[in-house]
Amino acid sequence: MKYLTNVVTLELIPERCTGCGRCLEVCPREVFGKNGKTVRIVDRDLCIECGACMMNCSFNAIRVNAGVGCAAAIINGLIKGGEPECGCGGNDASDASCC
Amino acid sequence: MSSPGECCENVELIDLRFVDTTAGRVPVVPADWSRRDRLGRLKCRLFNSYRMSYTVEPGIYALGSPDGRSPVLVTANYKLSFDLLRRELTGFDAWIVVLDTRGINVWCAAGKGTFGTDELIRRICSTHLSEIVEHRRIILPQLGAPGVRAHKVREQTEFSVSYGPVYARDLPAYLDSGCIATAKMRRTQFGFKERLELTPMEIFPALKGFLIFLAAVFVVFGLQPEGILFRSAWGSGLPIAVLGLAALLTGTLLTPLLLPWIPFRSFALKGFLLGELATALLTFPAGTEAVRSIYLIAFSLVFFPAAGSYLALQFTGSTSFTGISGVKKELKIALPLYIAAAAASLILLILYKLQEWGIL
Repeated sequence: MKYLTNVVTLELIPERCTGCGRCLEVCPREVFGKNGKTVRIVDRDLCIECGACMMNCSFNAIRVNAGVGCAAAIINGLIKGGEPECGCGGNDASDASCC
Repeated sequence: MSSPGECCENVELIDLRFVDTTAGRVPVVPADWSRRDRLGRLKCRLFNSYRMSYTVEPGIYALGSPDGRSPVLVTANYKLSFDLLRRELTGFDAWIVVLDTRGINVWCAAGKGTFGTDELIRRICSTHLSEIVEHRRIILPQLGAPGVRAHKVREQTEFSVSYGPVYARDLPAYLDSGCIATAKMRRTQFGFKERLELTPMEIFPALKGFLIFLAAVFVVFGLQPEGILFRSAWGSGLPIAVLGLAALLTGTLLTPLLLPWIPFRSFALKGFLLGELATALLTFPAGTEAVRSIYLIAFSLVFFPAAGSYLALQFTGSTSFTGISGVKKELKIALPLYIAAAAASLILLILYKLQEWGIL
């Protein structure tokens, strides 16, 4: 299943990519593919912006505005005026409704 | 290191043994589940409060009879994550390192950073893992990757991180193949069964809101110039209460279950469409007698689909294919519309009451 198109913030900087393939290993959505010695984005719309590839790229070749795709978390963030926060874990676990 | 006294209150302690290592005693956990483990899983699916406190003590555990060459698998201290892992490892000898994720599963904890680089490094040190095993490899669940910088872990602990499969059920094949994950093992799945399993978490919190809705229906439809009349509340309120329940079920049960087959990619639109369908189907053929007022029909066709849409949008938090940019975009458009729908509903309801009282 695919979510909305043309919204994903994922970027790959080809000059920095060494083709180590770590991003292919951690991506749960098969967004990346091998392009000879380097990596390319096969289908950007599949990306769920979890940030696994960016976190594990030791060459800083990937940029993405990572976060949780959870409406409750984003509404919570809007109300409290901070970052999206789904309420599970942390200090206010009482009204947790996700995960 | 977990000492006997502080070990995991939820894990069956009856047969708990300990294995002696150069770094001290390590508790041995069985691979198979007890009745209590199975009941615990069911309760986690049904009750938010139970799930939030279903934990195991962070630390290191032995599964089977591991030695210095046995694999090390890392997981979260949400007990269901721990249970699924040990069950899938039946017949294997392995070490399990449990991180303190405050009782949250691997994927959500990785998103929050509690299943993260710092905690992993701390736990490798505090369990004296380098004294327990001869090798320098740890296996993390792939869905832990959003929280972990594998290269930092290696720099600071000498342990190299291998990301295992997404699902614990693929671990035996992964371990048997010398830690090679196939493309299929790396993909998340979100089939009918997975979606069904997650719906109680949508339905039960929504039912709390439904009770408030019922109270409001009783007051609004019972309210007459001579006071709140039960007869009036029952007669006019019941069809509205039924429509409310239908909206709740379209948003929290039908939309998640029928997700791939409902048109549109937006969850808000999917929920709106099903909500509108359910409301129209219940209002026109069966309820024409009960719902006579044009204002009340208009109210129903505005309010309930909007409610179904809002509830369906909440399911974005349970799926494995929605991202933050998409959900933000949906909310940016949908939130003002929900507010407008609420305002329009209120006006239509007032018009209905005025008509009922013969003022309009």
